[in-house]
Amino acid sequence: MDMSPTRKNVVEASGFKVENAVSTRKISKNYGPVEALRNLSLDFPKGQLTSLLGPSGCGKTTLLKIIAGLLEPTSGEVEVNGRAVTGPGPDRAFVFQDFALLPWASVLRNVAFGLELRGVAKSEREAVAEKYIRDVGLAGFEKNYPHELSGGMRQRVGLARALAVDSEVLLMDEPFSAVDEQTRRKFQEDLLNLVQTENKTFIFVTHSIEEAVYVSDQIAILLPRPSRVSEIIRPAGFRSKGAENIRRDLEYLDIVDRIWASLRTYVE
Amino acid sequence: MRVFGIRLPAMSSLILWGMIWEIVGRSGLTFFVPPLSEVLVTLYSVLGTPAFQKALMETAYAFFMGVLFSVAIGIPTGILMGKNRLIDELLLPWVNIFLSAPLTALVPVLMVLFGFGMKSIVITTTLFAIWIIILNSRAGVLQINRSLVEMARCFGASPLAAFTKVYFWAALPEILGGVRIGVIRAVKGVIIGQLLISIVGFGALFELYSNNFLMAHFWAVLIVLFGMAFTISEFLAYLERRISYYAAKR
Repeated sequence: MDMSPTRKNVVEASGFKVENAVSTRKISKNYGPVEALRNLSLDFPKGQLTSLLGPSGCGKTTLLKIIAGLLEPTSGEVEVNGRAVTGPGPDRAFVFQDFALLPWASVLRNVAFGLELRGVAKSEREAVAEKYIRDVGLAGFEKNYPHELSGGMRQRVGLARALAVDSEVLLMDEPFSAVDEQTRRKFQEDLLNLVQTENKTFIFVTHSIEEAVYVSDQIAILLPRPSRVSEIIRPAGFRSKGAENIRRDLEYLDIVDRIWASLRTYVE
Repeated sequence: MRVFGIRLPAMSSLILWGMIWEIVGRSGLTFFVPPLSEVLVTLYSVLGTPAFQKALMETAYAFFMGVLFSVAIGIPTGILMGKNRLIDELLLPWVNIFLSAPLTALVPVLMVLFGFGMKSIVITTTLFAIWIIILNSRAGVLQINRSLVEMARCFGASPLAAFTKVYFWAALPEILGGVRIGVIRAVKGVIIGQLLISIVGFGALFELYSNNFLMAHFWAVLIVLFGMAFTISEFLAYLERRISYYAAKR
């Protein structure tokens, strides 16, 4: 955790103080005459998982890439721990939809690649990588290459790489959309554990309503043309009931229905 | 391939063509084609002569220097063109012109500029090989998966690290394909250079043998040259196959 005396953003939520790891302030993004995002302000509480949910073309990935520093907003700014973001930084790590692994590198080197780029010594970074490979359940596959792994296993490599650089914020761009349904469910359960055990802030882009409600502490519903936040939902009751009970919790089902009701008119 | 249920080893068709050559040679149709057996005997006797070995060294030197320059200049130039719009706009028309231009016509100009020695031959070889290497490296970089580029930026890669640790390797299948074609063109370049600029190396041998109607010698040297070009090209093709597993998965 960052204990440096920087300016902290503090919001009042359900009676207790929550610190924000990431805040976006009046972000607008235009592609020529096309307005992708307009005046989008959103806070991402520290140590929690926030989902960006919306129909396709609503700019959720654009927003995530602006937070990552990969895209420049036309106006507005992003703050991470109170500091304005000007580009990619070591305080944020990214998990890609299509994994973005190096096909010519072993699992071990892929996971250690973020540290390799930071100039960490080989033995040290491989020790860190081995730990995270174990954590994501890929022990024994260190010497394998990505093309020898299934889609789900490749995304575990992508996740381990993002965890290995130990940044405070994890940005996940539809990370489970390219893996099969059963693997995805396992991933979602693992993600819940990860949010609890790792003291990190997760920002999670998805187009699956069930997935968003299942994994999130906070769900931001984005509506398209131009994108803005239409609603923020914070599920309260079922977070603590254990992973296996969430899907039949009444509040869970209600929220899923409610979100679908508000999104359905925007789906072609 | 199978004929009458028997599996033929690779390149067995060469035996057939060799037999035809032998028959045509023995029939005495033309002095231009001596029998293959005679060519092979000559080849064996020529291999040990100082003249042949000197020619081999001169040709190999010009060839490898030319390939070295085209690879060392061509690959980075191609990668830069693929990554930088401005450089691309500046260089692409020239690369395309030189790729399709009849470079042989340029050789006299090179002689004026760089003299009649080895330097001009190496430059001719480079000019034959480099353009396709540039174009292929550029194409390789242009097709790099966008998220791989974003990954490098996200995890804080410096431009140099992104270049050496990501872009080069991601474009490697296309780069190797370009190098393979470039090497074949370099063989052409080195012989044309030796024939036109200064009569050295294999070029000198070809000139000597054909002027004196030593056809068996002429064919022997040609077989050596073809064999070397083929071996190098096959070796690069083998490397290409070795890494092709990731070409589809970037």
